[in-house]
Amino acid sequence: MFQAWRNLYSKSDNAKAYSLLSPALFLIILVMLIPMALMLSFSSFTQVSMMEIDFTPTFQRYIDFFEKSLLVSLLIKSVKISFIVTLITLLTAYPVCYYIAFYVKKNKMLWLVLLTLPFWTSYLLRVFSWKIILGTKGVFNSTLLGAGIISEPLTFLMYSEEAVIITLTHAWAAFALLPLYVSLEKIDFSYIEAARDLGLSKFEVFWKVTFPLSLPGVIGAILIIFIPTVGDYVTPALIGGTEGRMLSNMIQAYFGKINNIPLGAASATIMLTTVILITAIVSYTTKRLTQRLS
Amino acid sequence: MNENFIQINGISKHFGNVKAVDDVSFSIKEGEFFSLLGPSGCGKTTLLRLLAGFEYPTNGNLLIDGSDITALPPDKRPTNMVFQNYAIFPHINVEQNIKFGLRKLGLTDDEIKKRVNDVLALVKLEGYEERFSGQLSGGQRQRVALARALVRQPKVLLLDEPLGALDKKLRDEMQLELRTLQKEIGITFVFVTHDQQEAISMSDRVAVMSEGKIQQLSAPNELYKNPENIFVSDFIGETNFLKASTRSKDGDHINVAIEDLGDFKVKNNLNIPENSSDVVCSVRPESMMISRDKSDWDICLEAKINQTSYLGEMTRFYVEVSGINKVITVSSQHFDNQSFENNTCFISISLEDISLLQKK
Repeated sequence: MFQAWRNLYSKSDNAKAYSLLSPALFLIILVMLIPMALMLSFSSFTQVSMMEIDFTPTFQRYIDFFEKSLLVSLLIKSVKISFIVTLITLLTAYPVCYYIAFYVKKNKMLWLVLLTLPFWTSYLLRVFSWKIILGTKGVFNSTLLGAGIISEPLTFLMYSEEAVIITLTHAWAAFALLPLYVSLEKIDFSYIEAARDLGLSKFEVFWKVTFPLSLPGVIGAILIIFIPTVGDYVTPALIGGTEGRMLSNMIQAYFGKINNIPLGAASATIMLTTVILITAIVSYTTKRLTQRLS
Repeated sequence: MNENFIQINGISKHFGNVKAVDDVSFSIKEGEFFSLLGPSGCGKTTLLRLLAGFEYPTNGNLLIDGSDITALPPDKRPTNMVFQNYAIFPHINVEQNIKFGLRKLGLTDDEIKKRVNDVLALVKLEGYEERFSGQLSGGQRQRVALARALVRQPKVLLLDEPLGALDKKLRDEMQLELRTLQKEIGITFVFVTHDQQEAISMSDRVAVMSEGKIQQLSAPNELYKNPENIFVSDFIGETNFLKASTRSKDGDHINVAIEDLGDFKVKNNLNIPENSSDVVCSVRPESMMISRDKSDWDICLEAKINQTSYLGEMTRFYVEVSGINKVITVSSQHFDNQSFENNTCFISISLEDISLLQKK
């Protein structure tokens, strides 16, 4: 019996592949597929009262979501905040990575380690530290007050959309650095020289050669930042106030104090679908963009 | 024909303390196949990159066809380059690669189409327009790189060891093809290589470089027959060096005492002074004769064969001559490794084949 199993194992590549994958598959089924199936089924139920749920399948919760303008506007706001965070991160991280990849000759690793150093502290600590910087009695306001530039503390800094954007940008920047750096580092400098040799100015070389060749890293960075920030719950909860509230905070409330689990599940499903759609659109358009550029 | 088509005037390029190119001056003729030859680190690639505009000289100036290009960026120079790794853009296909450099020339769509078709025919790559770099062989990539550079119709084509990555057979074919191509289109080629055989077989003239300086600039046969110094003699082909010292001059000849061999009168092309002990005699392996019996040549020595290597078209013998503490290399097309019993033979040298060189 054992021998037969061994023979099968050594002959079949599939058997080998599945046995190597099985721990990961088990984990994915346990912590991803089952919870998602549960969430999908919950979104088809109805919360009758505080303790009572009607299990008759219905699409009504999805209709509820789109009838509540608050939920729709929170979804739009989540996507908008995430989009701005992604954009700012890309615009700041790309030049830094470009510099390290092409101009730093020695100790590139040291540069990367130093850049990612702040991210060795926990996410929560970093969010709290922004609270200290942006708060009414925070570093920023007391400096400006002390310098006599303002007479009253700036209140829009804290508990606002801007505060959420600043904090999320800082919190996720490191994750954009690595894919961008790797894709730029991989570009052979002779491509850039060849493009110059073929009559292109430095600016054209960037748009026709360097940028298209770094697109895999750009897409990677976009997805790595967009996907987690659109559903981020900690930062808007701690820094956002009512102004900076995002859909995830509302979903948490539906599962918590509002206690409408089916509507919360439907909201979460809609959010997930939105993220998947946006991811697909980003991948597709960047591919088209590469072809257009060249 | 412009004798001074490319003028390199007192060019130096220093990287920190390293003098990659050290005060070099020479001219390249219009329509010439010119090679820069030397071992790695001799400055040949730096010199080519200075011509392309990827580096700017520390000193000196560069002129192409009468205009000073020293300070011009690569995109403003009448040169195009074939890179060592070809640098075919991987995100666009062959046709787009070739068109890449044309959009800035202000051509109409018809002209662009015609130029692309012509150059594809020239490098024999018709039908490969839609391929990407990853779908091409090394030889095809090289042709694309060549086409991409030639389609801009530069005054000078710069080639940075373009054949280095190809296997031997393909390399030999491409050598012939490049040579034919250059004669056909008639533009000036500046070719960088570390392979002396490649430089000699393709070029009109070769500049041998070492340590940032030009060691000798001449036609390939001159380089081989009349090397001007020990470095060139050693780098081009194979040779035997024998220690010697000069005695008195006799017209264009000079008397030399070759260590362990005796006194001889040899030609003195380089005008080496009398009574100098800093000289060597160079004798090419194939200029010597190996035989079973004694000959009546100027020098005939009895020798013992240490080792042989059979190379097909010829055989190389490593022999020891009694009294000379040095292994001498002789090559022969008549004899092979089976020809000598007891490993004894005679080697003969004609005085005409001895080149006298000065040590630095």
